[in-house]
Amino acid sequence: MSLDTILASGASIAAIFSALMVVWQRSAVISALFLVLNLGSVAILFLTLGGEFLAAVQVLVYAGAIMVLFLFVIMLLNPAPLKERFASGPVVTGLTFALGVLFFASLMRGVMSLAGAGGTMASVGESYGSTRSVGELLFTAYLYPFELAGVLLLVAMVGAVVLARRQAPGED
Amino acid sequence: MSFLHLIWLIPILPFAGFVINGLLGKRFLPRPVVSGIACLAVLASLVLAVGAIRDLHDEQGLADMLNNGTALSALGVRPSADGFGAVLGPTDPDRGLVLEASIPRARQIQWLWLSVGSVSVKWAYSLDPLSAIMLLVVLGVGFLIHVYSIGYMAHDEGFARFFAYLNLFMAMMLVLIMADNFLVMFVGWEGVGLCSYLLIGFNYREMFNPARHQSCADAGRKAFIVNRMGDFGFMLGMLLILVTFGSLDFGQVFRGVHALAEAPGSQSLLTAMALLLFVGAIGKSAQIPLFVWLPDAMAGPTPVSALIHAATMVTAGVYMVCRCAALFAAAPLALTVVAVVGGMTALLAAAIACTQTDIKKVLAYSTVSQLGYMFLAAGVGAFSFAIFHVMTHAFFKALLFLGAGSVIHALAGEQDIRRMGRLTRALPWTFGTFAVAAVAIAGIPPFAGFFSKDSILAAVFFEQPILWGAGAFTAGLTAFYIWRLVFLTFLSTDRVEKERRGHLHESPWSMLAPLVILAFLATVGGFLGVPAFLAESVPGLHAAAEWLPGYLEPVFRDARVAGTGMGALGFHGQAAVHGGVTAAGEWGLMALSVLLAVAGIAWAWLLHGRGGELAARMAAGLGSGYRLVRDRFRIDELYDRIILKPFYFMCRAADAFDRFVIDLMVNTVAIATEITGHVLKLFQTGSVRAYALSMFIGVVALLAFLVMS
Amino acid sequence: MPLVSYISLSAVLFVIGVMGVLLKRNVLTIFMSIELMLNAVNVALAAFARHHGGLDGQIFVFFVMAVAAAEAAVGLAIFIAIFRLKQTTDVTEINLMRW
Repeated sequence: MSLDTILASGASIAAIFSALMVVWQRSAVISALFLVLNLGSVAILFLTLGGEFLAAVQVLVYAGAIMVLFLFVIMLLNPAPLKERFASGPVVTGLTFALGVLFFASLMRGVMSLAGAGGTMASVGESYGSTRSVGELLFTAYLYPFELAGVLLLVAMVGAVVLARRQAPGED
Repeated sequence: MSFLHLIWLIPILPFAGFVINGLLGKRFLPRPVVSGIACLAVLASLVLAVGAIRDLHDEQGLADMLNNGTALSALGVRPSADGFGAVLGPTDPDRGLVLEASIPRARQIQWLWLSVGSVSVKWAYSLDPLSAIMLLVVLGVGFLIHVYSIGYMAHDEGFARFFAYLNLFMAMMLVLIMADNFLVMFVGWEGVGLCSYLLIGFNYREMFNPARHQSCADAGRKAFIVNRMGDFGFMLGMLLILVTFGSLDFGQVFRGVHALAEAPGSQSLLTAMALLLFVGAIGKSAQIPLFVWLPDAMAGPTPVSALIHAATMVTAGVYMVCRCAALFAAAPLALTVVAVVGGMTALLAAAIACTQTDIKKVLAYSTVSQLGYMFLAAGVGAFSFAIFHVMTHAFFKALLFLGAGSVIHALAGEQDIRRMGRLTRALPWTFGTFAVAAVAIAGIPPFAGFFSKDSILAAVFFEQPILWGAGAFTAGLTAFYIWRLVFLTFLSTDRVEKERRGHLHESPWSMLAPLVILAFLATVGGFLGVPAFLAESVPGLHAAAEWLPGYLEPVFRDARVAGTGMGALGFHGQAAVHGGVTAAGEWGLMALSVLLAVAGIAWAWLLHGRGGELAARMAAGLGSGYRLVRDRFRIDELYDRIILKPFYFMCRAADAFDRFVIDLMVNTVAIATEITGHVLKLFQTGSVRAYALSMFIGVVALLAFLVMS
Repeated sequence: MPLVSYISLSAVLFVIGVMGVLLKRNVLTIFMSIELMLNAVNVALAAFARHHGGLDGQIFVFFVMAVAAAEAAVGLAIFIAIFRLKQTTDVTEINLMRW
C-alpha cells in the first residue's frame, strides 16, 4: 500500500464519520465543527487526486470563509438546541431512510458498472493540478465563466447585505 | 391669390371656436369672450364665403387664372387630369384648386384622405352656385342666431358648452355643404347629427315630457337613433355608388350616371341608388315615416331649434337630393317617390300642426310640413325651387322660432299657447317680427314665402296634379295653423298666469336685432325668385325675374328629368313644354293660392281670434278624427307597438338566454376550476421539507428508472 | 485508491447529505447538509478529472465552490431575516406560504 492509498483511505473514513456526525448531532455548533473536519478530509482527498490548488482553495474558502460565516451566524442568533434529533415522526423518518437506501443502491449500481468499464487513473505529469496550470486554464479557456463567477459573487454579496439589513423604523 | 384659395378656412374657423370654447370656455374664459369667439368665428367664415363667392363670379379673374400663361406658372396652374378645368397649386394630383369655368365651380383638394386599392377619396371642398346659396343662408342665419343666443343663454350655466356645440355644428354643416364627394359630405352629415343630439339633450337633466318620463337626453337619443336609420340608407347608397362607379367624387359619379343612364336596363340600379340616398334624406329632413324625432327635438334650447331644427340641418336632406339632382333626374321612379313622400308629409304635418298646443311643437310640425314642400319641389324636378324654398324657409322659420324663443324667454319658460294671449303691448318688437314671419309662411304676397311656395305649387301642378291638390290644401292649412298660433299667443284673450304676467319684459337688443334683420329678409327674400310672368307684368321687377333659378341653372343643367324637359329650367321650360298653359293660367294658380292663404287666416281668426268657444265646439264635433290628429296620428305609439315591443321582447329573450344558458356554461367552468383549486391547494403546505421530500422521491424514481433500464 | 472507491465515497457522502436535508429540523444543519452534498459532488468531479488526466473537472470544482460561497451567503442572510421574524431555527415552524 502506498502512502497515497493510506492517506486516501484514512481521509475517506474521516469524511464519512464526520458527515454522519454533522447529521446526527443536535447542536448546530458541534455539527459545524464536524463539518470543518469533513471539509478538511475532502481537502486531503483532493491532494491525493493531484489537486494541490483545489485543496488549498478548499481549506481557504470552505473551512476558512464559509464555515466562519456559519459559526458567526450561529453565535449571532444563538438559538437554543432543538430537542428532537429529526423533524418527522418514526414512520416518515423510516420511509425517508428506506428511500435513501434505494437511492444509494441505485447510485452504487451505476458506480459498479463504472468499475467494469476500466476505472483506472491516467498517468499525469508533475504539474497536474498545480496553481500555475489551473490558473492558466482559468484565465484562458474559462475566462468568461470565471468573470461570471465574479459577478455572481458580487450579486450574492449585495443580496446578502440587503436581506440581512435591519429595517430602519418607518421603512416597510 | 384669391379668396378661392381660402375656402378651406370656412369650416376650420368655427371648428377652432369649438376647440377653444370647448376646452377653455368653462374654466378660463369670461362669457363675453366665449360668445365673442363663437360669433366672430362665424362672422369671419361669412366674410370669407362672401369673398370666395365674389371671386367665383369674377369671370375676368377666373379666365385670367385659366388662360394667362404667366399667371398660371406663377400660381403653379396646370390643366386638370380629367380635362374639366385647371389645377392651381403644386403639381401633386392630390392637392390644389380645380376651376371649372363653365359652371362655375371651384374645387379645392386638400389631401388624399383614403386610398384603398383602386378607390381613393380626397378631402375636397367645392364651391358652386348651389353650395354658395347654402353657405350664405347657413352662415347668415347662423350668425344671427349666434348673436341671439348671447341674450337667450345669458343665464345658463352651460354657456360655453352651448357655444362650443353651436360652433361645432356650424363647422360640420359647412363641411356638409362644401363637400366635393359623398364621404366628406357624410362626415358633415354625421357631424351635424352629433351636434343635433348634443344640443337637443343640452339640458340633459331636465324632463322634457314628464308624462312619458322622457328627459331631454331621451329626446336627443331618439333623434340620434331615428337618424341612424336614415344614415344607414345613405351609407348603403354610398356603397352602391362606390361599387357601381368606383368613385365617390360628385363629378365622376354624375358623369358615370349620365353614361349609365344611356345603357339599357340600368333603371333599377339608378333607382336603387337614388332611393337609398333618399332614405338618408328622409331621416335627416324628418319626412314620413321618420319624422317623429323632429317634434321631440324641441327639447333643445330655442336657438338650437331655430338654427338646427328649422333653418339649416334639417334642410340637409333637401340639399343632398338637389346635389344629387343628376342621379335623381335619371331615375324618374325615385323622383316620384320623393314627390309623393314630400307631398304627404307636407299635408300630414300641417294637419298635426293645427292641433298642437305647445308653441314650439306647432313650429316643429310646420317645419316638417315645409320640408315636405321642398321635397315635393325636388320630386317634380324643380330643384332650384326647392333650394329657393330652403332659403326663404330658413329666414321665416328661424324668425318664427326666435320669436317664439323671445316669448318663452319673456314668460319665463312657458310654452303652452293656452296660457298666453294679449302679449302685443308687452312684446311689440317680438309680435311685429313674428307677424311678418307668419305672413311670409302663410304665403301672402309680396313676402318671401309667397314666391317660393307659389313657384313650387305651380311646378307641381304641371307634373303631379293630385299632389298639387294636397300642396294647395296644405297651403291653406299652413295659413290657418300659423295664424292660430299668432292669435293664441299674442292676441285673443289674456290667459297668462298671474305671476308670469308680473315679470313680462321685452327681450334685450342682442335678441331683437336678429329678429329685425330676419324679418327684413323674410320680407324681401322672395324677390330673388319672382316668377317670370309676374316680373314682366310688374314694372321695376324685370331684373328680379327668376334670378335664383337662373343662378342655380348651371348646377342643375344636367339634371333634366327624362321625357319632360323639366328640371332646372323651372317655370320657363315648363311653360314652353306645356304650351297650352298661358300667363292667365299662371295668374289663376297664383290667385288661388293667395285666396287659400287668406281663407286660412280668416278661418283662424274666426276660430281663435277672440275666444276659443267655436274652436272647442268644432273639436268636439270632429270627435275621434280630431283626437287622432291631435295625438299626431299616434305614430309614436304605432312605432312603440310594431318596433319597440318586439324589440324589447327579443331583448328579454336574449337576456334569459344569456342568464340561463351562457351563464350556466360559464359558471360550470368556474365552479369546476374552483373545486380543482381546493383539491390542489392541499399540496401547498408551505413546508420546505415536504417540497424537498417530493422532489427527492422524483429524483429517486428517475434515477432508479435510468439505472434499471 | 482506485476511481471506484472515490466515486463510492462520493455517493456515500451525498446520500448522508440528502438524509440530513430531508430529516433535520434545524435550518442551519440543513444548510450544512447541502454543503456536504456539494462536497460529495466535488470529490466525484476531481476523481473523474484525475481519471481522464485533464484539468477541466478541477475547474468545475472551483466554480462549484464559488456558487457554494454565494449560496451560503444569501441563504444565511435569508435565514437571519426569517429568524428575526419568527425567532426560531425550526424548519417545521416556517410555513408562511401555506394555503
